[in-house]
Amino acid sequence: MKITRDDIIHVANLARLEMDEDSIQKFAVQIDDILRYVETLSNVNTDGVQPTSHAIFLTNAFRNDEEKQDFGRDALLENAPEKENGNFVVPKVVG
Amino acid sequence: MKLYELTIHEAHGLLKHKEISSQELTRAVLDRIAAVDDKIGAFITVAGESAIKEANLADKAISKGDIQTLTGIPVAVKDLICTKGIRTTCASKILDNFIPPYDATVISRLKKAGAVIVGKLNMDEFAMGSSTENSGIKLTHNPWDLTRIPGGSSGGSAAAVAADMCLGALGSDTGGSIRQPASHCGVVGLKPTYGRVSRFGLVAFASSLDQIGPLAKDVTDCAILAGAVSGYDPSDSTSVPRTVPDYSSFLTEGLEGVKIGIPKEYDSAQGLDPEVSSAVMNARKVMEKLGGECVEVSLPNTVYAVPVYYVIAPSEASSNLARFDGVKYGFRDKERMNLMDMYRSTRSKGFGSEVKRRIIIGTYCLSAGYYDAYYKKASQVRTLIIEDFKKAFEICDVILSPVAPTPAFKIGEKADDPLTMYLSDIFTLSANLAGIPGMSVPCGFSSGGLPIGLQMMGKHFSEEVLFKAAYNFEQATDFHKRKPEI
Repeated sequence: MKITRDDIIHVANLARLEMDEDSIQKFAVQIDDILRYVETLSNVNTDGVQPTSHAIFLTNAFRNDEEKQDFGRDALLENAPEKENGNFVVPKVVG
Repeated sequence: MKLYELTIHEAHGLLKHKEISSQELTRAVLDRIAAVDDKIGAFITVAGESAIKEANLADKAISKGDIQTLTGIPVAVKDLICTKGIRTTCASKILDNFIPPYDATVISRLKKAGAVIVGKLNMDEFAMGSSTENSGIKLTHNPWDLTRIPGGSSGGSAAAVAADMCLGALGSDTGGSIRQPASHCGVVGLKPTYGRVSRFGLVAFASSLDQIGPLAKDVTDCAILAGAVSGYDPSDSTSVPRTVPDYSSFLTEGLEGVKIGIPKEYDSAQGLDPEVSSAVMNARKVMEKLGGECVEVSLPNTVYAVPVYYVIAPSEASSNLARFDGVKYGFRDKERMNLMDMYRSTRSKGFGSEVKRRIIIGTYCLSAGYYDAYYKKASQVRTLIIEDFKKAFEICDVILSPVAPTPAFKIGEKADDPLTMYLSDIFTLSANLAGIPGMSVPCGFSSGGLPIGLQMMGKHFSEEVLFKAAYNFEQATDFHKRKPEI
């Protein structure tokens, strides 16, 4: 197995997902298949090959540090599941 | 004359000569949606009221002699492109009540060009899929055979264009999501060069691969839409500051001197349907008759496109989709009283299976101890794929290949087997990895009457070369003129 049941639980936790036992079992099999297939990459010699993270030649895109385009606080809060006095509201964070 | 059957350029001619109004055209399209979308399921949201208002504005402009090619033309948009005031769901439960406070740059551009937006189209949730079956909202059926998938992830866009429910549409393409559904539904689709079209307001899936592009009834319409949405946008830092040619001016006859690359590795590709292979072979003969010169090219590393893509795309997605946490927008599970539990529960209830599967794959590939083996390795092989294309384009202008290895498959056929589904993207993924433009043009029908698409790929920023080649091919064939019976 490339990926175990415990790996799935660990990674799901990192990604803030919770899963029932059935999904864990199913994902372990499916993701194991996918990762085995991905293993074919080990056949490729990549010694000294630079990795690519961006396919088009572009260096930093700078702009002047100026204030611009403001949707306004109300517009941005419009979709919030819970808000109060111009702020997002979240459940209790500490103790 | 059925107004909804018109192409954009035909409708433009009639609007310009005041033989029809945008109001009439838009109503005809809205009536068409009402008549057939129950069977197809292409639309998530029909924006009838605002469309009629926009049509009225277009008619007023036209009466003053102010008309551009898209003025008064009804178009529809994949539901992951933000439309101010119109719900934008990404076909996900986690966003099903999201109403963007702003327009994506492509939408501002369409509006500025006078287009009328009739609605938002179904897709695989967050564009993750090849069949639109991963939509968290509804199924979309292929207009050519309602028991089959329309392709994906822009399945709603392709089906809506094929079924005449809009004159043209926008989709997005991260690994083939415009080209493959265009192929399966018998319409024309373009994935532009990475950086050609602004991604501002496109809900991100895999930022180094995503690109917005048009789906249209013919090549001329595709060029019109591509011209309207392309160009530098300071709001997208990966948008490239480069002049956009007038694509329509390249739609002229003659392919003399155009070198057509035929990848030698593709004929033996796993799972290639003989009918698809023969349709592509015929297309090659048509191109030669038109004056194109075929040369063999080699793309040895593109066979690794599937494993490279299914590391890079989920890795980027796992990071991009971290923003959906139930705090700023979208669904929140309000039952949970503690922040961490709220995050977990919201994301688990809000995302569908394929999205969760990819988030987990991506998180795993980026996690401590696995980064070098997966993400770094895939990024290195990506470089080799780019180098293959660079070499190929030293001796050719356009590369021909199939779009999808088979015609549209049955709904449900691959739903439980993600790896088999991923393999159906084999011919389209490498264009995204290399950032090059790719187009799908109708090139035949299977014995069962299903459309087959031809893929044309070009160098970075050579869309006009693709348009010219595709236009010539289209003029010499009549596949684009056939319509499904619904």
